[in-house]
Amino acid sequence: MIDAENQTIYFKKKPHIIGNYAIVGPKEGKGSLNSYFDYIMKDDLFGEKTYEKAERKMVEQAIMGAIDNAKISPKDLKLLICGDLLNQIITSSFAARAFDVPYIGLFGACSTMAESLAIGASLVNAGYIDNVACTTASHFSTAERQFRYPLELGNQRPPTSQWTVTGAGCSILSSKGSGPVITCATFGKVTDFGIMDVNNMGSVMAPSAASTLISHFKDTNTTPDDYDLVVTGDLGKLGSEILLDLMEDHGYKLGTNYNDCGQIIFNGKQSVLMGGSGCGCSATVLNSYILKKVRTKEFKKVLFVATGALLSSTSTQQGDTIPGIAHAVVIESDDEVDRKNAKKESE
Amino acid sequence: MTEQERNERYNQYVEAKIAKTHPWPSLFNAFCIGGLICVIGQLFNDMLLDVFPTLTTQNAWTYTLIFLIFIASFLTGLGVFDKIAVHAGAGTIVPITGFSNSIASPAMEFKNEGIVFGMCAKMFVIAGPVIVFGTVASIIVGLIYLFV
Repeated sequence: MIDAENQTIYFKKKPHIIGNYAIVGPKEGKGSLNSYFDYIMKDDLFGEKTYEKAERKMVEQAIMGAIDNAKISPKDLKLLICGDLLNQIITSSFAARAFDVPYIGLFGACSTMAESLAIGASLVNAGYIDNVACTTASHFSTAERQFRYPLELGNQRPPTSQWTVTGAGCSILSSKGSGPVITCATFGKVTDFGIMDVNNMGSVMAPSAASTLISHFKDTNTTPDDYDLVVTGDLGKLGSEILLDLMEDHGYKLGTNYNDCGQIIFNGKQSVLMGGSGCGCSATVLNSYILKKVRTKEFKKVLFVATGALLSSTSTQQGDTIPGIAHAVVIESDDEVDRKNAKKESE
Repeated sequence: MTEQERNERYNQYVEAKIAKTHPWPSLFNAFCIGGLICVIGQLFNDMLLDVFPTLTTQNAWTYTLIFLIFIASFLTGLGVFDKIAVHAGAGTIVPITGFSNSIASPAMEFKNEGIVFGMCAKMFVIAGPVIVFGTVASIIVGLIYLFV
């Protein structure tokens, strides 16, 4: 049984997502969400000499794009919160050189998008700071060489494996302005259910997602039906099925309003096995498809749960099991929050 | 339920949840593509012996191996080898083509980290164990041959 509660914090001062931007690689650009992305790269190197440099450039472009989208100037940006998958989070820190802005580097593996939003929203809500950029990225080719094999090695992927998304997403948070509002965040606990298979991340992260979701539903006294969309980061096909089972065991039924970014980013014809993964997976889907639908009021209330597997190639080689984590944020449309506040006041 | 019991139960559950794939299609592909590589090698070998009648069989074998190693490395460089190998599996790994690819692919991948500590050092990151085991096995066989 998964025991979790009291992990949620609430933001009363309406931290808005005033701008957002998503950039993806060519393969993602052929996927089912291609019409939502702000920019699709023509090739994986993005005009750079190495894939690591390309990943950095993606982050820089995502931040600049989100600044433009928020209609602020780069000097208005007051804080950069960024994370990625590479050793010593070089993508984030090196991309931060391009900005004359204080920087916080995060490592939450693929959960970083929700983690950065939760921390950013906390700082904005506390009134310390406005115009905070929350961003993260991953690149298929840099992740492959760090965690798996050389790109040109002729091997077959196990059927449970996933495909690291090439992409970066950025959201800018501020208490001033308009846009979707982050109303609460649930920080996740590290869970480890003894999975050792590096090619089966979905089953590592599913218990983490379940733990965070259970705490969230208990804390906020809501059920999955209270949301227009409950979306996990990158559980993939197998991980999502496991999550549905785990939640059902704990008395929560995730229905047709549940989806997984890893399953929707690619289309069925692309050979990605269980689906997409990586920081960029949830970041690009959130900053394109989801936020656009929240802006158009198609989704009024979204529970966004980004999931991460906290392994390194050293821990794997030493035979350790893989811990997972999931953080959640609730994103609501501006009107919806105003409507609720008005209702509360009249009561 | 202790944590260990919970983890064991979860691992069993996950194992049962994974959709079972049938080995036959991949075995068939491996058989056909692996067989094709061997046929190409044999044709090259026979052609060599026809064109150069003075060549010993032993030398013809060596040239054939060099030919297959070259083709595999060349296709790796062109980015084609991994696309064939996705379907072939052991069909491209078991012949010497797999060994060639396992050296050429990290050499390409790590050239950005420099010639010495990048390309040259990382070249054997996958093939290294094969070379170690091959050398150790040959020493053992040699000792047995010496004393028996």
